[in-house]
Formats: sequence, C-alpha cells, structure tokens
Amino acid sequence: MDLHVQQKEVRDVYQFKVVGEVDAFTAPKLKEQLHSIAHLKGVRAEIDVSEVEYMDSTGLGVFVGFYKTLQEQDGHVKVTGLNRRLYRLFEITGLDAIIDVEEAKDDE
Amino acid sequence: MMDLQKQYQELLEKYLENLDEKNLYFAQQFSRKFIEQEIAPEDVVSLHKDAVMNIFPELRNEVATTHDFLIEMMIHYGLALREHQSLIKKREELHMEMEVAANVQEKLMNATRPNVDGLDIGYVSEAAKAMSGDYIYFAEHGRKNLSVAVADVIGKGIPAALCMSMIKFGMDSIDENESVPSEVLKIINRIVEKSVDNSMFISMYYGMYNVENQHFTYASAGHEPALFYCAKTKSFEQLDAKGLLLGVKREVEYEECQVHLHSGDFVAIMTDGVTEIRTEDGFLDSAIIEQLLFEVRDQSAQQMADYLFKQLAQLQNFRLHDDFTVAIMKKR
Repeated sequence: MDLHVQQKEVRDVYQFKVVGEVDAFTAPKLKEQLHSIAHLKGVRAEIDVSEVEYMDSTGLGVFVGFYKTLQEQDGHVKVTGLNRRLYRLFEITGLDAIIDVEEAKDDE
Repeated sequence: MMDLQKQYQELLEKYLENLDEKNLYFAQQFSRKFIEQEIAPEDVVSLHKDAVMNIFPELRNEVATTHDFLIEMMIHYGLALREHQSLIKKREELHMEMEVAANVQEKLMNATRPNVDGLDIGYVSEAAKAMSGDYIYFAEHGRKNLSVAVADVIGKGIPAALCMSMIKFGMDSIDENESVPSEVLKIINRIVEKSVDNSMFISMYYGMYNVENQHFTYASAGHEPALFYCAKTKSFEQLDAKGLLLGVKREVEYEECQVHLHSGDFVAIMTDGVTEIRTEDGFLDSAIIEQLLFEVRDQSAQQMADYLFKQLAQLQNFRLHDDFTVAIMKKR
C-alpha cells in the first residue's frame, strides 16, 4: 500500500498528516519528509497518524529517529490519532513514556 | 560469426520454403546459442540483414538501409542487455557474500540449549531473510540460575544482523552471576545507545530462572510481553514489565517482576514475528497463540515451540514476513 505525507506549518508547529501504511517499504519516504525539518533548532512537530492503519517496527524506527534528532535540538514531537493497535505498539515499546502520544478520540 | 551467419541463413531459407513450425522451433533453439555466445541484439539484426540480402539479391538497396536503421535502434538495447548481464553477475557475487555472512552469523549466534534442573527448555528461531534480526541467548550460572534473553532488532537483513552481533558481545561481557534482569538491560542499553544510529533500536526480554526457589524474574526493554501459563488454573497471563527500547535514551530504569513456576507451568517469550502475524485477512488474534500452546501443553517444550512455529507458518502460507523466535521454559 502507498503512503502519503502532507505537511503544513500552523503557528510555528510543523504538522504532518500521514496516510497509508508505514512499513519497511514506505518508511524511507516518511523519514525523508520528517527529516526535512529535523535540522531546525527548537522545532515543534505534530504527526497525525489517524489514517495509518498499520505500522511495523521499521516505521516505529522512523518515529524514534525523529524523536532523537529533535531531542538533540531541543525540539518537541507529538504523535496524535493513534488507533488501538498503534497505541499498544507505543506502550509495549515504552515509547509512550518519552514521546507525547495521543490516542484517537473516536477509537473503537 | 561467419559460421552463425551461414547457419542462420540456412534456417531462414528452410523456413521460407515451407513455413514449417518445426523450423520456428529450431530458430528458438538457435537464439539460445546467440545468448550464450553473448551476441548483441544489433548483431542479430545485422545477421538477418545479410541473410535477407543474400537470399533475395534482387531486393532494393533501401531494404538494406532500413536494416541499418534498425541496427542503430538496437544498439541501446544491446547496451542495456550488457548492463543487465553485469548486474546479474554482481548480484551473484553479493549473494555469495550474503551466504558467507549468514553462515558466520549462524555460528556466532548459535544458541545451545542449556540443561537446568527441573526446567524443560525449547526454542525455534527462524529468519525471514538470509540473516536474522532476532536473537536468543541462554546462559547458565552454575546450577543455580538460568538466563534467557530474546531480542529483536528493528529492521531486517544485514544491518539488523550486524547490530545483533554487537549485542552478543555486550552480553558475553556481562558477569551475570551478579546481575539481575533490570541491571543487565541497563548495561546493554548503554552499549547500544552509544553505538547505534538514530533510527535503529532493539527490543529485548530478559528472564532469569532460579533453580532453588523456582522464581522466574523478568524485565523488558520495549519487548512483547511473555506469556505465562498456569497449569493449576489452566489460564494464561501476560508477563509485562515496563521499560524503554534499547538504544533510545542513555539512562533508563527497567521494571522487574517475578512469577513462581509450579509443575506444568510454562513461560513463552516471543518476538513480534510471532505475535504480529498478518495474513491476507488481516492480523491474527493473539489469542490464537494461547490456543495453540494450550493444545500441546502436555508435550515437551521443544515440541511445543515446533508446533507453534509449524501452525503459524502454515497460516502465512509458509512465507515468513518477519523473523520468528519463540523460547519456552516449562517447569517439569
């Protein structure tokens, strides 16, 4: 399946909307897009994954990498709209304790 | 080449005589010879041109010219073909190197099943590709303690395998006699954090079984929870412990928990290649793992691991999408 990433800047927050599946094939595309702002200092980024059905560990790796890079530059990353499965992935990996995550409101 | 020229012309003439299918078949066979001798497409057109002009000397010169035109056209096909051939050769070389690397990894990672009083141990670790990103490690400490570690490196293939080798050396250098699971994970985390690039990380489950008091103590670095089966209540429980993936942050605290193993109880530690199985109809419910293990709960730990692997592989049409590792420790 394909992956699309939309990017916009709203009041100093870089917002990304990810649509599709994040796996070993599509992860490089997401990584490239996210890292377009990773060199900036003190950046605030918000990633909406409410339309991401599936993410594998490679996909998760992109988020970790982005978090680490932003962290080094005093930035902040928030991931929103996680479905149950994705939320569990962040929970199991302990990432929910260090990355700002928000579960989808209208989750089943 | 002159020889081929003659043969080609004869073949063409024969075909023109009776338009026999048989001669077409010969032509196909003949083209294989061309390929074997690495004759470029433009040379084939050139052969054809000469043959046609020899057979029909009355043909206008323009016909020869159209062939020259086609020859020019074919030159790039010829280049593409040669490039393709050299790529195939390169791929073969890489494949050979991969095989060597996979062998080295297998030797390096080779887990040996330990013998521990009162504990039956079985495991399966299968790679989806040539090299595995899953890791399984057993260590005996005298006759008193057994450690087991199951880890999964993000990503697959060579980078994952290289990373695994690094952990292996990290583990080997820890004096586990002194260390409890949460401490071991803390140490490994520091090693990984220092040397791994930003988007690479590892999940690891680390358990330690004490022969004297039959306690299984465990900690997890962002790994799938293990499954604990209680024979008395015939029920499963997840052995979850909070802890961050290895390699994300420098200083991490790992929660440590404990469970007592009675006769018939078992603990199954798995990687997400087991728990996150995706088929054409979507994800498999994780309850299926409990169900499968329950079906064979009276068999040996190795038989249980083999059975789980076989059944889950079958559900994926025998094509693994991810490395698959399960370790089962069963109290006798």
